[in-house]
Amino acid sequence: MNKYSERLYNGLIKENPTTVMMLGMCPTLATTTSAINGLGMGLCTLVVLVLSNVVISLLRKIIPDEVRIPAFIVVIASLVTIVQFLMEGYFPALSQSLGVYIPLIVVNCIILGRAEAYASKHSVGLSMFDGIGMGLGFTIALTILGAIRELFGNGTIAGAQIMPKSYVPISIFVLQPGAFFVLAILIAVMTKILSRPKKVKTSEESAHDPATCEPADCAGCASKGSCGKQIFAETVKAGVKDAQGNGGDEA
Amino acid sequence: MNDMIHVSSSPHVRSRMTTGRLMHLVIIALLPTTIFGIYNFGAKAAVVLLSTIISSVLTEYIYQRAMKKTVTISDGSALLTGLLLGLNLPSTAPWWVGVLGGVFAILVVKQVFGGLGQNFMNPALGARCFLLISFTSIMTNFPQIGDSAATPLAALKAGEAVNTRDMLLGFTSGTIGETSTIALLVGAIILLWFEVIDIVIPGLYILTFLIFIVIFGGHGLDPTYITAQLCGGGLMLGAWFMATDYVTSPITPKGRIIYGVMLGVLTGLFRIFGSSAEGVSYAIIISNVFVPLIEKYTIPRAFGYRKGGKKS
Repeated sequence: MNKYSERLYNGLIKENPTTVMMLGMCPTLATTTSAINGLGMGLCTLVVLVLSNVVISLLRKIIPDEVRIPAFIVVIASLVTIVQFLMEGYFPALSQSLGVYIPLIVVNCIILGRAEAYASKHSVGLSMFDGIGMGLGFTIALTILGAIRELFGNGTIAGAQIMPKSYVPISIFVLQPGAFFVLAILIAVMTKILSRPKKVKTSEESAHDPATCEPADCAGCASKGSCGKQIFAETVKAGVKDAQGNGGDEA
Repeated sequence: MNDMIHVSSSPHVRSRMTTGRLMHLVIIALLPTTIFGIYNFGAKAAVVLLSTIISSVLTEYIYQRAMKKTVTISDGSALLTGLLLGLNLPSTAPWWVGVLGGVFAILVVKQVFGGLGQNFMNPALGARCFLLISFTSIMTNFPQIGDSAATPLAALKAGEAVNTRDMLLGFTSGTIGETSTIALLVGAIILLWFEVIDIVIPGLYILTFLIFIVIFGGHGLDPTYITAQLCGGGLMLGAWFMATDYVTSPITPKGRIIYGVMLGVLTGLFRIFGSSAEGVSYAIIISNVFVPLIEKYTIPRAFGYRKGGKKS
């Protein structure tokens, strides 16, 4: 993995702004009433984030350290203003439904956070990829959040009817409490996946057939009956035998 | 081993009251209300009650099995949550609303926060408010009992006359468990008799509410209005059976007073100044989330200590 794709992975999964760093909660909770709104909000933030990272990275040697925060804000605010006018011009409906949350991108912690923590210290290319990774992570999280809320709260995804006609929408999902419920579940699932211990595969282990494998250091051990290692190995063996169709009576 | 020299660590004196016994007593105290509810609203009420009870108990069982915890469905707490939730639903609610409520009460409000003793709000009321927000039309679709399908409180709010005798006995419209004041009071007496609850929280709740409606209700001391406000809606069910929930009410003596007064004021506010005629559920769950704060500021002074926890 080179350092550019590492930036993308970092933003999308490892330091996902929504589910891991929990930044930018205000637009996350407020605008995700539907998949389209979530996607729109995410893409607006993505554009501003990439551009602000690039500009700030370009200016990082010029901006004096003492006034860097006001300088970052000026850059971000200018970009947000451009995005806001473009949205009003080309997507008036989406702009209407996102409302005040588009101008509020100025104070989104993700953007200022990436400017301060990354773009002001790294090269333009890396900063751009950092912005893309973070922005995509935010967009995907918001779209999933919006899609789940829209599905349960309205029976549709992106306006298309998914649930059968007889489905009674659980309208709490498109109201504020629903945002918290779905976000909590999303974070729980993400944490569970990320905290799963990585499988360490040694060459010796993969060479063995699990059906005949026995932990070598268990042979002379006094507590091998009660220790989890042996039991685990036996469970694996039994499972493999069952799968082969000749187990059961031997055990 | 010889009992004379048997040494064990404290506590040496134990109450015979266990969690299971306690829950079963509350369930027994709710039986008059339950039976009257089924009598008043018919077999549909029984279906609603069954759906909430079965889904609550099953959710608790499945969750605890899946999370490899001790299965505690035999202590009756899930059963009680299901029963209370069922009593808080209208009899016209379809069965899946009850099931959804039961799952939400146990899974989201209770187990996710750590199970019995850790829930931050009353599971039954949390689920009721979840359903009320989600399915407003289903949850306020009350069956016709007697002359009117409106609940006495709604009629009162609209300025119509109410029959206080029917309200005392329970022959009015409303949720399954809230209509009969007499049946609820019988249950309350059982709870007080066996010292399951003490009078402070429900007593102060009702008293504060009474004072509030006399001052702000706009009817002064009109006995019909006061009786209707006291007997109508979920006040009696909430005050005796749900505000007194051990987990979600303060344990400090001063805290109980604050909690009771807060409940009364909030209920009065919601009923008189709110857009809806009823406010007991929200009053209780809002007070529930204030309980940790109330307890923090009302810790009694320990013997031998000065105010502020310094040793004298």
